[in-house]
Amino acid sequence: MKQPPPIDPRAYWHSLRGILEREFYRFLQQRSRFLSALVRPLLWLVVFAAGFRAALGVAIIPPYQTYITYETYIAPGLCCMILLFNGMQSSLSMVYDREMGSMRVLLMSPLPRTWLLICKLLAIALISLIQVYGFLALAWLLVGFEPPLAGLLTVLPALLLTALMLGAIGLLLSSRIRQLENFAGVMNFVIFPMFFISSALYPLWKMREASEWLYWACLLNPFSHAVELVRHALYLELNLQALAITAGTTAVFTMLAVMGFSPERTARRKT
Amino acid sequence: MAIEVEGLGFRYGGREALTDIGFRLGQGTFTALLGPNGAGKSTLFALLTRLYALQDGEIRLLGQSIRRHSASVMQHLGVVFQQSTLDLDLTVMQNLEYHGSLHGLSRREIRQRARTELERLQMAERLHERVRNLNGGHRRRVEIARALLHRPAILLLDEATVGLDTRTRADLNAYVRGLCRDLGLCALWATHLIEEIAPEDRVLLLHRGRLRADASALELCRRADCDSLAEAFERLTATPEQAA
Repeated sequence: MKQPPPIDPRAYWHSLRGILEREFYRFLQQRSRFLSALVRPLLWLVVFAAGFRAALGVAIIPPYQTYITYETYIAPGLCCMILLFNGMQSSLSMVYDREMGSMRVLLMSPLPRTWLLICKLLAIALISLIQVYGFLALAWLLVGFEPPLAGLLTVLPALLLTALMLGAIGLLLSSRIRQLENFAGVMNFVIFPMFFISSALYPLWKMREASEWLYWACLLNPFSHAVELVRHALYLELNLQALAITAGTTAVFTMLAVMGFSPERTARRKT
Repeated sequence: MAIEVEGLGFRYGGREALTDIGFRLGQGTFTALLGPNGAGKSTLFALLTRLYALQDGEIRLLGQSIRRHSASVMQHLGVVFQQSTLDLDLTVMQNLEYHGSLHGLSRREIRQRARTELERLQMAERLHERVRNLNGGHRRRVEIARALLHRPAILLLDEATVGLDTRTRADLNAYVRGLCRDLGLCALWATHLIEEIAPEDRVLLLHRGRLRADASALELCRRADCDSLAEAFERLTATPEQAA
Protein backbone atom coordinates (compact mmCIF):
# COMPACT_ATOMS: atom_id res chain seq x y z
CA MET A 1 0.00 0.00 0.00
CA LYS A 2 1.31 3.47 -0.91
CA GLN A 3 2.52 5.97 1.65
CA PRO A 4 1.30 9.56 1.26
CA PRO A 5 4.04 12.15 0.66
CA PRO A 6 5.32 13.59 3.96
CA ILE A 7 3.96 16.97 5.02
CA ASP A 8 6.43 19.82 4.61
CA PRO A 9 7.27 21.19 8.10
CA ARG A 10 6.65 24.72 6.74
CA ALA A 11 3.01 23.72 6.31
CA TYR A 12 2.60 23.93 10.10
CA TRP A 13 3.73 27.52 10.10
CA HIS A 14 1.52 28.43 7.11
CA SER A 15 -1.52 26.91 8.79
CA LEU A 16 -0.84 28.79 12.02
CA ARG A 17 -0.48 32.04 10.08
CA GLY A 18 -3.70 31.36 8.16
CA ILE A 19 -5.74 30.62 11.28
CA LEU A 20 -4.36 33.68 13.12
CA GLU A 21 -5.08 35.91 10.14
CA ARG A 22 -8.63 34.64 9.77
CA GLU A 23 -9.40 35.28 13.44
CA PHE A 24 -7.89 38.74 13.12
CA TYR A 25 -9.93 39.58 9.99
CA ARG A 26 -13.05 38.40 11.78
CA PHE A 27 -12.15 40.47 14.82
CA LEU A 28 -11.79 43.56 12.61
CA GLN A 29 -15.21 42.82 11.12
CA GLN A 30 -16.82 42.61 14.55
CA ARG A 31 -15.99 45.99 16.09
CA SER A 32 -19.08 45.87 18.29
CA ARG A 33 -17.68 42.72 19.88
CA PHE A 34 -14.53 44.61 20.81
CA LEU A 35 -16.53 47.49 22.26
CA SER A 36 -18.80 45.24 24.31
CA ALA A 37 -15.75 43.35 25.58
CA LEU A 38 -14.44 46.67 26.93
CA VAL A 39 -17.71 48.15 28.18
CA ARG A 40 -18.51 45.18 30.42
CA PRO A 41 -15.40 45.30 32.64
CA LEU A 42 -15.34 49.09 32.55
CA LEU A 43 -18.83 49.20 34.03
CA TRP A 44 -17.61 46.96 36.83
CA LEU A 45 -14.53 49.07 37.34
CA VAL A 46 -16.16 52.49 37.25
CA VAL A 47 -19.68 51.90 38.57
CA PHE A 48 -19.63 48.73 40.63
CA ALA A 49 -16.27 49.36 42.25
CA ALA A 50 -17.20 52.95 43.15
CA GLY A 51 -20.18 51.66 45.10
CA PHE A 52 -18.29 48.87 46.82
CA ARG A 53 -15.14 50.83 47.62
CA ALA A 54 -16.65 52.27 50.78
CA ALA A 55 -18.28 49.03 51.90
CA LEU A 56 -15.34 46.71 51.35
CA GLY A 57 -11.98 47.22 52.95
CA VAL A 58 -9.09 45.33 51.40
CA ALA A 59 -6.29 44.31 53.72
CA ILE A 60 -2.67 44.10 52.61
CA ILE A 61 -2.36 40.79 50.81
CA PRO A 62 0.28 39.55 48.39
CA PRO A 63 1.29 40.75 45.86
CA TYR A 64 0.37 44.20 47.17
CA GLN A 65 2.85 45.96 49.49
CA THR A 66 0.40 48.48 50.84
CA TYR A 67 -3.30 49.27 51.15
CA ILE A 68 -4.91 49.47 47.73
CA THR A 69 -8.18 50.78 46.34
CA TYR A 70 -10.92 48.34 45.47
CA GLU A 71 -10.50 49.30 41.79
CA THR A 72 -6.86 48.21 41.97
CA TYR A 73 -7.92 44.92 43.53
CA ILE A 74 -10.51 43.99 40.92
CA ALA A 75 -8.61 45.15 37.81
CA PRO A 76 -6.72 41.81 37.33
CA GLY A 77 -9.99 39.91 37.82
CA LEU A 78 -11.63 42.09 35.20
CA CYS A 79 -8.77 41.36 32.78
CA CYS A 80 -9.58 37.68 33.30
CA MET A 81 -13.27 38.45 32.87
CA ILE A 82 -12.48 39.71 29.37
CA LEU A 83 -10.59 36.49 28.66
CA LEU A 84 -13.45 34.44 30.06
CA PHE A 85 -16.14 36.12 27.97
CA ASN A 86 -13.96 36.13 24.89
CA GLY A 87 -13.03 32.46 25.26
CA MET A 88 -16.69 31.50 25.57
CA GLN A 89 -17.79 33.82 22.78
CA SER A 90 -15.22 32.34 20.42
CA SER A 91 -16.53 28.91 21.28
CA LEU A 92 -19.99 30.11 20.46
CA SER A 93 -18.67 31.12 17.06
CA MET A 94 -17.24 27.60 16.70
CA VAL A 95 -20.67 26.10 17.38
CA TYR A 96 -21.99 28.51 14.74
CA ASP A 97 -19.19 27.51 12.35
CA ARG A 98 -20.07 23.88 12.90
CA GLU A 99 -23.78 24.47 12.28
CA MET A 100 -23.00 26.53 9.17
CA GLY A 101 -20.53 23.92 7.95
CA SER A 102 -17.42 26.12 7.83
CA MET A 103 -15.79 24.04 10.56
CA ARG A 104 -15.37 21.34 7.88
CA VAL A 105 -12.79 23.50 6.11
CA LEU A 106 -10.62 23.34 9.21
CA LEU A 107 -11.20 19.67 9.94
CA MET A 108 -10.43 18.59 6.37
CA SER A 109 -6.90 19.92 6.41
CA PRO A 110 -4.17 17.30 5.89
CA LEU A 111 -2.48 18.57 9.06
CA PRO A 112 -3.12 16.85 12.40
CA ARG A 113 -6.36 17.93 14.02
CA THR A 114 -4.63 18.48 17.37
CA TRP A 115 -2.31 21.00 15.77
CA LEU A 116 -5.19 22.82 14.06
CA LEU A 117 -7.19 23.09 17.26
CA ILE A 118 -4.16 24.37 19.16
CA CYS A 119 -3.67 27.01 16.44
CA LYS A 120 -7.32 27.93 16.80
CA LEU A 121 -6.91 28.25 20.58
CA LEU A 122 -3.85 30.40 20.14
CA ALA A 123 -5.69 32.66 17.71
CA ILE A 124 -8.59 33.08 20.13
CA ALA A 125 -6.13 33.84 22.93
CA LEU A 126 -4.19 36.46 20.98
CA ILE A 127 -7.37 38.31 20.01
CA SER A 128 -8.36 38.33 23.70
CA LEU A 129 -5.00 39.84 24.64
CA ILE A 130 -5.59 42.85 22.38
CA GLN A 131 -8.81 43.48 24.29
CA VAL A 132 -7.15 43.12 27.69
CA TYR A 133 -4.46 45.66 26.86
CA GLY A 134 -7.17 47.99 25.54
CA PHE A 135 -8.93 47.62 28.90
CA LEU A 136 -5.74 48.26 30.88
CA ALA A 137 -5.18 51.50 28.95
CA LEU A 138 -8.72 52.65 29.67
CA ALA A 139 -8.46 51.61 33.35
CA TRP A 140 -5.34 53.77 33.65
CA LEU A 141 -7.14 56.72 32.05
CA LEU A 142 -10.43 56.39 33.92
CA VAL A 143 -9.52 55.27 37.45
CA GLY A 144 -5.76 55.75 37.49
CA PHE A 145 -4.97 52.02 37.68
CA GLU A 146 -1.16 51.99 37.47
CA PRO A 147 0.64 48.69 37.90
CA PRO A 148 4.44 48.81 37.43
CA LEU A 149 5.26 49.40 33.76
CA ALA A 150 7.34 46.22 33.62
CA GLY A 151 4.26 44.41 34.96
CA LEU A 152 2.55 45.05 31.64
CA LEU A 153 5.19 42.81 30.07
CA THR A 154 5.44 40.17 32.79
CA VAL A 155 1.67 39.75 32.80
CA LEU A 156 1.66 38.82 29.10
CA PRO A 157 2.52 35.10 29.52
CA ALA A 158 0.09 34.84 32.45
CA LEU A 159 -2.69 36.36 30.34
CA LEU A 160 -1.81 34.10 27.42
CA LEU A 161 -1.94 30.98 29.58
CA THR A 162 -5.25 32.07 31.12
CA ALA A 163 -6.68 32.82 27.69
CA LEU A 164 -5.59 29.36 26.49
CA MET A 165 -7.17 27.71 29.52
CA LEU A 166 -10.48 29.50 29.05
CA GLY A 167 -10.38 28.97 25.29
CA ALA A 168 -9.83 25.23 25.86
CA ILE A 169 -12.79 25.07 28.25
CA GLY A 170 -14.90 26.88 25.65
CA LEU A 171 -13.66 24.58 22.90
CA LEU A 172 -14.58 21.54 24.95
CA LEU A 173 -18.05 22.96 25.54
CA SER A 174 -18.48 23.71 21.85
CA SER A 175 -17.52 20.13 20.98
CA ARG A 176 -20.24 18.79 23.28
CA ILE A 177 -23.04 21.13 22.31
CA ARG A 178 -25.28 19.99 19.51
CA GLN A 179 -27.20 23.18 18.81
CA LEU A 180 -26.46 26.86 18.99
CA GLU A 181 -29.53 27.48 21.16
CA ASN A 182 -28.15 25.26 23.93
CA PHE A 183 -25.05 27.36 24.23
CA ALA A 184 -26.73 30.30 25.98
CA GLY A 185 -27.82 28.06 28.85
CA VAL A 186 -24.38 26.58 29.25
CA MET A 187 -22.86 30.07 29.26
CA ASN A 188 -25.02 30.93 32.27
CA PHE A 189 -23.91 27.81 34.06
CA VAL A 190 -20.25 28.34 33.25
CA ILE A 191 -19.40 32.05 32.97
CA PHE A 192 -21.28 33.43 35.94
CA PRO A 193 -20.38 30.73 38.49
CA MET A 194 -16.79 30.76 37.29
CA PHE A 195 -16.48 34.50 37.65
CA PHE A 196 -18.42 35.05 40.87
CA ILE A 197 -17.12 32.01 42.74
CA SER A 198 -13.54 33.19 42.41
CA SER A 199 -11.11 35.71 43.82
CA ALA A 200 -11.82 38.14 40.99
CA LEU A 201 -14.10 40.43 43.01
CA TYR A 202 -13.23 39.60 46.63
CA PRO A 203 -10.09 38.23 48.27
CA LEU A 204 -10.34 34.63 49.43
CA TRP A 205 -10.02 35.52 53.13
CA LYS A 206 -13.08 37.73 52.72
CA MET A 207 -14.94 34.83 51.14
CA ARG A 208 -13.94 32.63 54.06
CA GLU A 209 -15.33 35.16 56.51
CA ALA A 210 -18.65 34.98 54.67
CA SER A 211 -18.81 31.23 54.18
CA GLU A 212 -16.43 28.32 54.54
CA TRP A 213 -17.94 26.32 51.66
CA LEU A 214 -17.80 29.34 49.35
CA TYR A 215 -14.12 29.68 50.15
CA TRP A 216 -13.49 26.04 49.21
CA ALA A 217 -15.56 26.40 46.05
CA CYS A 218 -13.39 29.39 45.10
CA LEU A 219 -10.25 27.37 45.74
CA LEU A 220 -11.48 24.55 43.53
CA ASN A 221 -12.29 26.96 40.71
CA PRO A 222 -9.32 27.12 38.28
CA PHE A 223 -10.41 30.64 37.34
CA SER A 224 -9.42 31.83 40.87
CA HIS A 225 -5.90 30.56 40.30
CA ALA A 226 -5.73 32.17 36.86
CA VAL A 227 -6.78 35.49 38.42
CA GLU A 228 -4.08 35.15 41.08
CA LEU A 229 -1.50 34.26 38.45
CA VAL A 230 -2.37 37.41 36.51
CA ARG A 231 -2.53 39.56 39.68
CA HIS A 232 0.93 38.46 40.82
CA ALA A 233 2.46 38.73 37.33
CA LEU A 234 1.13 42.27 37.02
CA TYR A 235 3.16 43.13 40.13
CA LEU A 236 6.28 41.30 38.93
CA GLU A 237 5.72 38.22 41.11
CA LEU A 238 5.36 34.58 40.15
CA ASN A 239 2.69 32.59 41.98
CA LEU A 240 3.95 29.05 41.38
CA GLN A 241 0.89 27.29 42.74
CA ALA A 242 -1.40 29.36 40.51
CA LEU A 243 0.87 28.72 37.53
CA ALA A 244 0.87 24.95 38.09
CA ILE A 245 -2.92 24.77 38.46
CA THR A 246 -3.61 27.02 35.46
CA ALA A 247 -1.12 25.16 33.24
CA GLY A 248 -2.46 21.76 34.37
CA THR A 249 -6.07 22.79 33.75
CA THR A 250 -5.11 24.11 30.30
CA ALA A 251 -3.45 20.82 29.39
CA VAL A 252 -6.37 18.69 30.58
CA PHE A 253 -9.07 20.77 28.87
CA THR A 254 -7.08 21.05 25.63
CA MET A 255 -6.73 17.27 25.53
CA LEU A 256 -10.45 16.77 26.20
CA ALA A 257 -11.37 19.38 23.56
CA VAL A 258 -9.18 17.68 20.95
CA MET A 259 -10.83 14.35 21.76
CA GLY A 260 -14.21 16.07 21.40
CA PHE A 261 -13.41 16.95 17.79
CA SER A 262 -12.34 13.44 16.78
CA PRO A 263 -14.19 11.91 13.79
CA GLU A 264 -15.70 9.28 16.11
CA ARG A 265 -17.39 11.93 18.22
CA THR A 266 -18.42 14.02 15.20
CA ALA A 267 -20.44 11.08 13.89
CA ARG A 268 -21.85 10.22 17.32
CA ARG A 269 -23.26 13.75 17.61
CA LYS A 270 -25.53 12.95 14.65
CA THR A 271 -27.13 9.94 16.32
CA MET B 1 -7.22 4.13 -9.01
CA ALA B 2 -8.22 7.50 -7.59
CA ILE B 3 -10.90 6.22 -5.18
CA GLU B 4 -11.35 2.65 -3.96
CA VAL B 5 -14.18 1.85 -1.58
CA GLU B 6 -14.57 -1.71 -0.26
CA GLY B 7 -17.25 -3.17 2.00
CA LEU B 8 -18.08 0.22 3.49
CA GLY B 9 -20.66 0.18 6.26
CA PHE B 10 -21.75 2.86 8.70
CA ARG B 11 -24.24 3.08 11.54
CA TYR B 12 -25.58 6.03 13.52
CA GLY B 13 -26.09 4.26 16.83
CA GLY B 14 -28.31 1.33 15.86
CA ARG B 15 -29.48 2.83 12.57
CA GLU B 16 -27.82 1.47 9.47
CA ALA B 17 -26.85 4.34 7.15
CA LEU B 18 -24.58 2.55 4.66
CA THR B 19 -24.26 -1.16 3.99
CA ASP B 20 -21.52 -2.93 2.05
CA ILE B 21 -20.72 -0.13 -0.40
CA GLY B 22 -17.98 -0.85 -2.92
CA PHE B 23 -16.74 0.92 -6.07
CA ARG B 24 -13.55 2.04 -7.80
CA LEU B 25 -13.11 5.31 -9.68
CA GLY B 26 -10.20 6.04 -12.01
CA GLN B 27 -8.37 9.27 -12.67
CA GLY B 28 -9.82 11.61 -15.28
CA THR B 29 -13.34 10.27 -14.79
CA PHE B 30 -16.66 11.94 -14.04
CA THR B 31 -19.06 9.83 -11.97
CA ALA B 32 -22.51 10.75 -10.75
CA LEU B 33 -23.60 9.63 -7.31
CA LEU B 34 -27.35 9.55 -7.62
CA GLY B 35 -29.79 8.97 -4.81
CA PRO B 36 -32.92 10.38 -3.24
CA ASN B 37 -32.70 12.41 -0.04
CA GLY B 38 -31.65 10.20 2.86
CA ALA B 39 -30.01 7.62 0.58
CA GLY B 40 -26.69 7.97 2.39
CA LYS B 41 -24.83 10.29 -0.01
CA SER B 42 -23.81 12.79 2.66
CA THR B 43 -22.70 9.99 5.01
CA LEU B 44 -20.57 8.55 2.22
CA PHE B 45 -19.04 12.00 1.68
CA ALA B 46 -18.42 12.44 5.41
CA LEU B 47 -16.52 9.14 5.39
CA LEU B 48 -14.55 10.00 2.25
CA THR B 49 -13.60 13.35 3.76
CA ARG B 50 -12.67 11.87 7.16
CA LEU B 51 -15.31 13.92 8.98
CA TYR B 52 -16.56 10.59 10.33
CA ALA B 53 -14.32 7.72 11.34
CA LEU B 54 -14.56 4.48 9.36
CA GLN B 55 -16.51 1.70 11.05
CA ASP B 56 -16.60 -1.15 8.53
CA GLY B 57 -14.72 -1.45 5.26
CA GLU B 58 -11.91 0.48 3.68
CA ILE B 59 -11.39 3.61 1.62
CA ARG B 60 -8.22 4.25 -0.38
CA LEU B 61 -7.42 7.52 -2.12
CA LEU B 62 -4.70 7.17 -4.77
CA GLY B 63 -3.86 3.82 -3.20
CA GLN B 64 -3.41 5.27 0.31
CA SER B 65 -5.59 3.97 3.10
CA ILE B 66 -7.71 6.63 4.78
CA ARG B 67 -7.67 4.49 7.92
CA ARG B 68 -3.88 4.42 8.14
CA HIS B 69 -3.01 7.89 6.89
CA SER B 70 -6.15 9.63 8.01
CA ALA B 71 -4.99 13.26 7.85
CA SER B 72 -2.31 13.27 5.20
CA VAL B 73 -4.46 11.66 2.46
CA MET B 74 -6.65 14.74 2.62
CA GLN B 75 -4.11 16.56 0.46
CA HIS B 76 -5.46 14.57 -2.53
CA LEU B 77 -9.02 15.68 -1.94
CA GLY B 78 -10.93 18.82 -2.92
CA VAL B 79 -14.50 19.10 -1.70
CA VAL B 80 -17.50 21.28 -2.43
CA PHE B 81 -20.12 20.68 0.22
CA GLN B 82 -23.86 20.97 -0.21
CA GLN B 83 -23.99 23.73 2.38
CA SER B 84 -21.74 26.69 1.63
CA THR B 85 -18.70 26.71 3.88
CA LEU B 86 -17.39 30.14 2.89
CA ASP B 87 -16.94 32.83 5.48
CA LEU B 88 -19.40 35.49 4.33
CA ASP B 89 -17.68 38.36 6.13
CA LEU B 90 -14.32 37.74 4.51
CA THR B 91 -13.33 38.56 0.94
CA VAL B 92 -12.92 35.91 -1.76
CA MET B 93 -9.14 36.18 -1.41
CA GLN B 94 -9.23 35.92 2.39
CA ASN B 95 -11.35 32.77 2.13
CA LEU B 96 -8.90 31.27 -0.35
CA GLU B 97 -5.93 32.29 1.79
CA TYR B 98 -7.45 30.56 4.80
CA HIS B 99 -8.08 27.34 2.91
CA GLY B 100 -4.66 27.39 1.24
CA SER B 101 -2.88 27.94 4.53
CA LEU B 102 -4.68 24.95 6.04
CA HIS B 103 -3.21 22.92 3.21
CA GLY B 104 0.25 24.25 3.99
CA LEU B 105 0.58 26.65 1.06
CA SER B 106 2.61 29.84 1.38
CA ARG B 107 0.95 33.20 0.86
CA ARG B 108 2.74 33.58 -2.49
CA GLU B 109 1.61 30.18 -3.76
CA ILE B 110 -1.95 30.88 -2.67
CA ARG B 111 -2.09 34.24 -4.47
CA GLN B 112 -0.71 32.79 -7.71
CA ARG B 113 -3.01 29.79 -7.67
CA ALA B 114 -6.06 31.81 -6.58
CA ARG B 115 -5.66 34.07 -9.59
CA THR B 116 -5.29 31.08 -11.95
CA GLU B 117 -8.32 29.25 -10.57
CA LEU B 118 -10.53 32.33 -10.48
CA GLU B 119 -9.51 33.35 -13.98
CA ARG B 120 -10.58 29.93 -15.22
CA LEU B 121 -13.93 30.49 -13.57
CA GLN B 122 -14.14 34.08 -14.82
CA MET B 123 -14.13 35.40 -11.29
CA ALA B 124 -10.72 37.09 -11.12
CA GLU B 125 -12.19 40.58 -10.89
CA ARG B 126 -14.16 39.60 -7.74
CA LEU B 127 -11.04 38.64 -5.80
CA HIS B 128 -11.32 41.39 -3.21
CA GLU B 129 -15.07 41.41 -2.91
CA ARG B 130 -16.74 40.23 0.24
CA VAL B 131 -18.42 36.85 -0.23
CA ARG B 132 -21.64 38.22 1.29
CA ASN B 133 -22.00 40.44 -1.79
CA LEU B 134 -21.78 37.55 -4.28
CA ASN B 135 -24.79 35.70 -5.66
CA GLY B 136 -25.29 31.95 -5.16
CA GLY B 137 -23.69 30.97 -8.47
CA HIS B 138 -20.60 33.06 -7.86
CA ARG B 139 -20.23 31.69 -4.34
CA ARG B 140 -20.28 28.19 -5.78
CA ARG B 141 -17.56 29.14 -8.25
CA VAL B 142 -15.45 30.44 -5.38
CA GLU B 143 -15.99 27.15 -3.58
CA ILE B 144 -14.86 25.21 -6.64
CA ALA B 145 -11.78 27.45 -6.96
CA ARG B 146 -11.08 26.88 -3.27
CA ALA B 147 -11.46 23.11 -3.60
CA LEU B 148 -8.90 23.11 -6.43
CA LEU B 149 -6.42 25.51 -4.81
CA HIS B 150 -4.20 22.80 -3.34
CA ARG B 151 -4.27 20.89 -6.67
CA PRO B 152 -6.07 17.75 -5.53
CA ALA B 153 -6.37 14.68 -7.74
CA ILE B 154 -9.94 14.04 -6.60
CA LEU B 155 -12.88 16.44 -6.49
CA LEU B 156 -16.01 15.60 -4.50
CA LEU B 157 -19.11 17.68 -5.04
CA ASP B 158 -22.02 17.08 -2.70
CA GLU B 159 -25.19 18.47 -4.32
CA ALA B 160 -23.08 21.45 -5.32
CA THR B 161 -25.73 22.97 -7.59
CA VAL B 162 -28.66 22.97 -5.18
CA GLY B 163 -30.50 26.29 -5.24
CA LEU B 164 -28.87 27.52 -8.46
CA ASP B 165 -30.68 28.42 -11.66
CA THR B 166 -30.64 26.00 -14.62
CA ARG B 167 -28.06 27.96 -16.62
CA THR B 168 -25.57 28.22 -13.72
CA ARG B 169 -26.06 24.55 -12.92
CA ALA B 170 -25.29 23.56 -16.49
CA ASP B 171 -22.22 25.85 -16.58
CA LEU B 172 -20.75 24.39 -13.38
CA ASN B 173 -21.47 20.87 -14.51
CA ALA B 174 -19.71 21.50 -17.84
CA TYR B 175 -16.79 23.14 -16.03
CA VAL B 176 -16.21 20.13 -13.80
CA ARG B 177 -16.42 17.76 -16.77
CA GLY B 178 -13.78 19.92 -18.45
CA LEU B 179 -11.51 19.58 -15.41
CA CYS B 180 -11.76 15.80 -15.61
CA ARG B 181 -10.95 15.84 -19.30
CA ASP B 182 -8.18 18.46 -19.25
CA LEU B 183 -6.53 17.96 -15.86
CA GLY B 184 -7.19 14.28 -15.30
CA LEU B 185 -9.22 15.01 -12.19
CA CYS B 186 -11.47 12.30 -10.74
CA ALA B 187 -14.84 13.91 -9.94
CA LEU B 188 -17.61 12.36 -7.88
CA TRP B 189 -20.72 14.47 -8.37
CA ALA B 190 -23.49 13.71 -5.87
CA THR B 191 -26.89 14.82 -7.02
CA HIS B 192 -30.56 14.04 -7.04
CA LEU B 193 -31.12 16.06 -10.22
CA ILE B 194 -31.38 13.70 -13.17
CA GLU B 195 -30.78 16.43 -15.78
CA GLU B 196 -27.21 16.83 -14.55
CA ILE B 197 -26.34 13.33 -15.75
CA ALA B 198 -25.36 12.63 -19.36
CA PRO B 199 -26.36 9.28 -20.98
CA GLU B 200 -22.75 8.03 -21.10
CA ASP B 201 -21.94 9.02 -17.49
CA ARG B 202 -21.16 6.33 -14.99
CA VAL B 203 -23.83 6.39 -12.28
CA LEU B 204 -23.60 5.04 -8.75
CA LEU B 205 -27.18 4.72 -7.58
CA LEU B 206 -27.49 4.81 -3.83
CA HIS B 207 -30.75 3.95 -2.15
CA ARG B 208 -31.45 3.36 1.54
CA GLY B 209 -27.75 3.04 2.26
CA ARG B 210 -27.10 0.42 -0.41
CA LEU B 211 -25.51 0.67 -3.83
CA ARG B 212 -28.41 -0.35 -6.04
CA ALA B 213 -26.59 0.04 -9.35
CA ASP B 214 -23.19 0.90 -10.78
CA ALA B 215 -23.49 1.39 -14.53
CA SER B 216 -23.77 4.01 -17.25
CA ALA B 217 -26.98 6.02 -17.38
CA LEU B 218 -27.89 4.28 -20.64
CA GLU B 219 -27.32 0.86 -19.12
CA LEU B 220 -29.50 1.78 -16.14
CA CYS B 221 -32.33 2.69 -18.49
CA ARG B 222 -31.88 -0.57 -20.33
CA ARG B 223 -31.87 -2.63 -17.11
CA ALA B 224 -34.97 -0.89 -15.79
CA ASP B 225 -36.58 -1.13 -19.23
CA CYS B 226 -37.26 2.60 -19.29
CA ASP B 227 -36.89 5.36 -21.86
CA SER B 228 -35.44 7.93 -19.53
CA LEU B 229 -33.09 7.97 -16.55
CA ALA B 230 -35.81 9.71 -14.53
CA GLU B 231 -38.10 6.73 -15.02
CA ALA B 232 -35.32 4.26 -14.31
CA PHE B 233 -34.48 6.15 -11.14
CA GLU B 234 -38.11 6.04 -10.01
CA ARG B 235 -38.29 2.34 -10.69
CA LEU B 236 -35.01 1.42 -9.04
CA THR B 237 -35.70 3.45 -5.92
CA ALA B 238 -39.36 2.53 -5.53
CA THR B 239 -40.48 1.10 -2.18
CA PRO B 240 -42.06 -2.38 -2.38
CA GLU B 241 -45.48 -0.77 -1.92
CA GLN B 242 -44.83 1.67 -4.77
CA ALA B 243 -43.53 -1.14 -6.96
CA ALA B 244 -46.69 -3.14 -6.32
